[in-house]
Amino acid sequence: MTPNEMTIAAARDALRKGDLTAVDLTMACLTAMDAGDGLNAFVHKTPEMALEQARAADGRLAAGAAPAMCGIPLGIKDLFCTKGVASQAGSRILAGFRPEYESTVTAKLFGAGAVMLGKLNMDEFAMGSSNETSCYGPAVNPWKVDDRKLTPGGSSGGSAAAVAADLCLAATGTDTGGSIRQPAAFTGIVGIKPTYGRVSRWGIVAFASSLDQAGPMTKSVRDAAIFLAAMAGHDPKDSTSSTLAVPDFEAALTGDIRGQRVGIPREYRMDGMPDEVEALWARGIAMMKDAGAQIVDISLPHTKYALPAYYVIAPAEASSNLARYDGVRYGHRAKLAAGDGITEMYEKTRAEGFGKEVQRRIMVGTYVLSAGFYDAYYNRARRVRALIKRDFDQVFAEGIDAILTPATPSSAFGLGEMANVDPVEMYLNDVFTVTVNLAGLPGIALPVGQDAKGLPMGLQLIGRPWDEAGLLNHAYVLERAAGYVAKAEKWW
Amino acid sequence: MSIDIDTARKVAKLARIRVEEADLPALAGELSGILGFMEQLTEVDVTGIEPMVSVTPMRLARRADVVTDGGYPAAILANAPDAREGFFAVPKVVE
Repeated sequence: MTPNEMTIAAARDALRKGDLTAVDLTMACLTAMDAGDGLNAFVHKTPEMALEQARAADGRLAAGAAPAMCGIPLGIKDLFCTKGVASQAGSRILAGFRPEYESTVTAKLFGAGAVMLGKLNMDEFAMGSSNETSCYGPAVNPWKVDDRKLTPGGSSGGSAAAVAADLCLAATGTDTGGSIRQPAAFTGIVGIKPTYGRVSRWGIVAFASSLDQAGPMTKSVRDAAIFLAAMAGHDPKDSTSSTLAVPDFEAALTGDIRGQRVGIPREYRMDGMPDEVEALWARGIAMMKDAGAQIVDISLPHTKYALPAYYVIAPAEASSNLARYDGVRYGHRAKLAAGDGITEMYEKTRAEGFGKEVQRRIMVGTYVLSAGFYDAYYNRARRVRALIKRDFDQVFAEGIDAILTPATPSSAFGLGEMANVDPVEMYLNDVFTVTVNLAGLPGIALPVGQDAKGLPMGLQLIGRPWDEAGLLNHAYVLERAAGYVAKAEKWW
Repeated sequence: MSIDIDTARKVAKLARIRVEEADLPALAGELSGILGFMEQLTEVDVTGIEPMVSVTPMRLARRADVVTDGGYPAAILANAPDAREGFFAVPKVVE
């Protein structure tokens, strides 16, 4: 085993004991990163910065009492603004943008001694479920079953591919409708979207501000607990950031869920759901039951309206957030013809800078917010959102501790396979995950098995608001029961 | 709700995204498809339900209305496609 294949927990312990140096660990990751170019996961590499951070981490480790993330090499999603390092959100419109500031999450990670290897591929502005809307071209799933290249999912596809292929120990992701959990499920890793407000959004390029949350993508549930603790916490620069104390998530991993009530929502049993998804879910339920949990059938009656509500609310917020890309303050500006004024500059810049899916969502958002349609679409969607949240509030009030569902409607599909389908078909990838963003809840996806083709398949656990600690413990139990250890065979 | 070509043109204009005339029919079709998917929302009884404003029941944090940041115009302008003499430069706005 080479050091880049380690978990955060194992590396932390080895670094503290002096069995490994942060520089050696970082070198192993840099080698793996360079050998992993075929995955197109890293899109901006920062090896000099990584080694400088690793040397500093070794100094702190030698001095003792270094934080858990000290010396841990990470990949950072391109959506996070990193000072002096390209931060493009996977878009041409931010070509050349080098922020003058550091996002709160990366500042906290660097403050804890973490090492950044580079920036990771993603769907443009986090809008996509296959990484195919990226201006860098798609990241590739390290898993494959034949000649076809498979999607690592999206939008955090580069993060998922990099972690699954051991190019880094872990990576940051962001999740607006499933963008951490779906790629985690497609690549056989763990991804948690925290409660809305747990992690600061400051310095993360905004997509849909009422739904966006950042979270860790890791090789184990324990790593997710360690990493999340380093990302979370109050930030006065994000007005929706919670002032609640951040618990010791790792200490919550007791492995004991006896007597806990795990809800199984009947509305997640969709028509046409593949038998393998159904069977995996049934196995997960049996594992939780064997661990002493009480399994309870529950109803979340507004589930089927979550996707249409999301595809009103998210584009509406995106159309507003992305208005800032106007060719004036940063990024791309179109070449203008003689006589072009400021309106032509805006229109040409945005037509050249935004890809097709982003343009489509901006225009959908513009439409649903326009005079005459605001009530019929946007306000109705926000009312339906309130009902979706109420569904969850009611089951939690009845004593449900966590909810177990499938993570995705299928395993990873081939790159290009969805190119000619209706956009709505692609949106269906989010069917099990999007409710969690609409209700602001924490949700985690973890690998539980493989399908007949040999591809990883995940399940999702949904927790009570602010109960990431309890949620992680449920996930830890499921992880141990599933005993998932499969890795993609190296072909890249 | 079906989006016609005139509506598609108007939406593109409002969004400040240039769309060629020849591409408008396809855009109208795509927008119609997506909005058709959203029509399901009309099935939901939302009587007496307020539109959600904040997903967590928290009051947004307040602070004193004072300047707490600034004083670095060079950093602000560093990424501008065209900055001159301490300002963002744009094409002529009024004749």
